[in-house]
Amino acid sequence: MTALSVSGLTKSFGGLRVTNGVDLTVEPGERRLIIGPNGAGKTTLFNLITGELAPDTGTIALFGRDITRTACRRRAHLGMARTYQIITLFPRDTILRNVVLALLGLSGLRWNPLIGLDRQRHLATRAGEALARVGLSHIADRPLAETSYGERRRVEIAMAMAQNPKVLLLDEPFAGLSIDERRDVRQLLAAIPRDVTVVMIEHNMDVALDLADRITLLHFGEVIVEGTRAEVVADPRSREVYLGE
Amino acid sequence: MKVQLTRRVPARHAAFGFALFGLTTVPLWVGNSYYIDVASQILLFAVFALALNVLVGYGGLVSLGHAGLFAVSGYTAGLMLQAGFGHAAAGVGAVSITLLTSAAFAVLALRATGIGFLMITLALGQILWGIAYRWADLTNGDNGISISTRPAPFGISLAGAPSFYYATLVVFLLALATMAAFVRSPFGASLCGTRDQARRMTALGYNVWLIRFLAFLFSGLWCSIAGLLYLYNKQFISPQVSALQASAEVLLMVISGGTATLLGPIAGAAIVVVMKYVVSAYVVRWNLVLGVIFVAIISFMPEGLVPGSVRIWGFTRRRWRAIRPGRKPPPGAPP
Repeated sequence: MTALSVSGLTKSFGGLRVTNGVDLTVEPGERRLIIGPNGAGKTTLFNLITGELAPDTGTIALFGRDITRTACRRRAHLGMARTYQIITLFPRDTILRNVVLALLGLSGLRWNPLIGLDRQRHLATRAGEALARVGLSHIADRPLAETSYGERRRVEIAMAMAQNPKVLLLDEPFAGLSIDERRDVRQLLAAIPRDVTVVMIEHNMDVALDLADRITLLHFGEVIVEGTRAEVVADPRSREVYLGE
Repeated sequence: MKVQLTRRVPARHAAFGFALFGLTTVPLWVGNSYYIDVASQILLFAVFALALNVLVGYGGLVSLGHAGLFAVSGYTAGLMLQAGFGHAAAGVGAVSITLLTSAAFAVLALRATGIGFLMITLALGQILWGIAYRWADLTNGDNGISISTRPAPFGISLAGAPSFYYATLVVFLLALATMAAFVRSPFGASLCGTRDQARRMTALGYNVWLIRFLAFLFSGLWCSIAGLLYLYNKQFISPQVSALQASAEVLLMVISGGTATLLGPIAGAAIVVVMKYVVSAYVVRWNLVLGVIFVAIISFMPEGLVPGSVRIWGFTRRRWRAIRPGRKPPPGAPP
């Protein structure tokens, strides 16, 4: 069974067709890289897959289950997690609290108006473990507003991973990072266990290429090339569209 | 989120105990029943402001129609009492009708956030004001509704100012305790999350709309209780209570005191009520004084009186420590 299967997906904003008949099949445990020039519709594709946007036509299935009309929040409960290209965190809270909110999102406790959230030690413990995996334990209690950009990127990943997703969608996880930070995040992503399927958008070829099993190249909302790393790199169309020369 | 995450220090317990002692002895040291009544009004408007703060402070949803909900409660109870129902039935009726109205408000207003939410709540509040003012067959129009008695829970008559004050104090403390639990709870954290990052909350699996809807009902519940207290306090209710000015006034209480804090709305309610009922006896243009106070608060403490005072107090203390003679300057400081 495929982990994620997208077929005939179309989305238009006014007269602009941003996603044009996209088909995508990702096997369980696969690392899929989605590349394409600016405006190719990569993030829109993510927003369609996670349900933040509704497609005009086409279907999306998660482990064989049709989720095309499933609400975005339900998809999180079905095992889909994502990070954002533009960091989308809770600036007033501590790093730990950000991750606790991620855990709470999938817990029935989130409706409880009576108990103290700070007393839910099991949430704090699990959040602490998620932060340890991304190497942020030492600043867990720091307000998010006082953290660096690279640390926030890692908080994004910790939040997504804390939800134990089956399918993880990473939207440019290396964007805006220094060379050192990139290496750290790369190690982090390489350590994600193979029971998690990863779909990643990334511009930064030198770090992203060797993480990927297969690569999909988008251009003007369409899939131009799809194949293994070597196939896509060797394909003249991808050179023409993206890799230059 | 501004919910206190630090462990409460004993000083805070002491301050709370001191405040509680002060509040419970108000009738003893105030004496004059007019001023006891002013104290009751501060507390009941504090409940109202705390209710609005759930949406404004923790939900990031600025409502300008809450006086409508407050008035629905007062009018429902007033009309039921006039029709011959008992106090218990009137109370239950008022809360139920207000909750239904809140639900209707929420369904319509939560189609938007920000300015859109504000404009829809304003319009809905004006509709209720219109009903109170113009539907004279039901609401007695501009003449308002009077009731002859206050209730006597557990056989204790609330007819006098001190006994009514204590009843209001009990309700106020209950409201405060409920709010304190609410803001520390997972649901409170969820509401703050929808304020700060609604999109992320959805992607994390939260039902943002339902969280806001339930918060609106919670806010409506306490508005309704405040409205009931108002009716029984004045034994009279008129369309002015539901007017836009009343909505703006309670919103100013929340903003001037400090949104998303527990003490802020209480401080704001105290300022407005004291201006209205105490300073107005000495200063004819008390509205001007109130305006100057609000301008001063917004200029010097844009975050509100309570958080602003905390900030300035901390700053002054650090400064004082730094300049106090006989202390070593911090390392790296110029000689």
